[in-house]
Amino acid sequence: MRSGTVYTETVIWSAPEVFAADVPYQTAIVELDSGGRVTVRISGDRAAIGDRVMEAEPRNGIPFFRKV
Amino acid sequence: MRPVAVVGIGKTAFGAFADRDLRSLAIEAGEKCLQNAQLAPSQVQSFYLGNFAGPSFVGQNHLAPYVSTALGIQGVPSTRIEAACASSGSAFFHAWTEVAAGVYDLVMVVGVEKMTSQPTARVSQILAEAGDCSGEMRVGSTFASLFAMIARRHMYEFGTKKEHLSMVAVKNHAAGALNPQAHMRKVITLEQAMNAKPIAEPLNLYDCSLVSDGAAAVLLAPLERAREFTTKPVRVLGIAQCSDYVALDQKATITTFPAVRRAGEQAYKMAGVAPPEIEFAELHDCFTIAEIIATEDLGFVEKGQGGPYAFAGCTALRGARPVNTSGGLKSKGHPVGATGVAQICDLALQVRGEAGDRQIERHSLGLAENLGGSGATCVVSILGAA
Repeated sequence: MRSGTVYTETVIWSAPEVFAADVPYQTAIVELDSGGRVTVRISGDRAAIGDRVMEAEPRNGIPFFRKV
Repeated sequence: MRPVAVVGIGKTAFGAFADRDLRSLAIEAGEKCLQNAQLAPSQVQSFYLGNFAGPSFVGQNHLAPYVSTALGIQGVPSTRIEAACASSGSAFFHAWTEVAAGVYDLVMVVGVEKMTSQPTARVSQILAEAGDCSGEMRVGSTFASLFAMIARRHMYEFGTKKEHLSMVAVKNHAAGALNPQAHMRKVITLEQAMNAKPIAEPLNLYDCSLVSDGAAAVLLAPLERAREFTTKPVRVLGIAQCSDYVALDQKATITTFPAVRRAGEQAYKMAGVAPPEIEFAELHDCFTIAEIIATEDLGFVEKGQGGPYAFAGCTALRGARPVNTSGGLKSKGHPVGATGVAQICDLALQVRGEAGDRQIERHSLGLAENLGGSGATCVVSILGAA
């Protein structure tokens, strides 16, 4: 499982049509320990810049990370 | 390269027009522009259309000849350019190259977008397609959320505050209220701007530009022929288009846009001017944070100081260096494909001294910055009195 640090994040209140049912939801750019950055969804507690996160189970092919 | 001038401008009002289709908007702007330059359509030698997503918004493709023939422009090259929100800035750049290189003398550029025939969630979806659909957009990002993440990082790195963002909205609405062609002619208070409903934290409704219908047009000619068409030619002193990654997570930093910096440097060099000499600007305020970062990337203010600079009123209509005297995308409106050319029209109005109630005192040297996506395309143009 990948792990990393939150580089930036937001909570979305106005979503594209296919994600409208998920509102509000958090997305983040995570700086991976293995190098590079990836844009993911955050599940569970809200994460802030600098927080450590671990990859969780993907849902519908979407990568999810969770605060550790 | 030979010097180039803007010799005609034309714009529709921006707004939500249930009774107008894409072509009628483009024709109105185009005809006003031809009339402004006292030119017959048959004299136009090449035509460019800036349009982001006509096929998705209104179900029509092959848009350049669809528009140009309706304007009576027949037989000549007719080319659509798509570069997200910088579509018509890019079209303007390519039209400029044709005239500067001496390929053609009279080149017309129309920018148009018809957005309001779709519901908001569908509009968000179509706009999201200007991002990386295999990465950032797959997780449910919107353009507001990308700029929200940029804002969060800018706040983290430089101490930018929510009220700095909100002040950009306040001052752009104050200017837009004086623009008879603006979409939302409404003065707002800092308190209203701070407390609107959230869209993507920390951005709220008043940090976001408008979903609008509208069109704008300009006509370019060699400077040496400009006075055949107008008594007030506006010279293109410098111009550049630069590019960068589409996906935000591929950029080394997201609090500066390399495409903006590069385009700015190249345009300044071509014009032979330094940033402090620029008297006023139309900057791409798709979201309030974007205007703040543009003032930094274009050298109006030191990196990280764009927030306090805006909050202090330096970029307000009666400030030291007015930014978005038209009201910007925030108040004037943002029909995506029309925005780049509309910025050129707004600079030209100021340079000519025809900006009415929002006319500023120092108006001989202006800069326009048109940004595509989250910084993958940028066109910077510097215009001045000829």
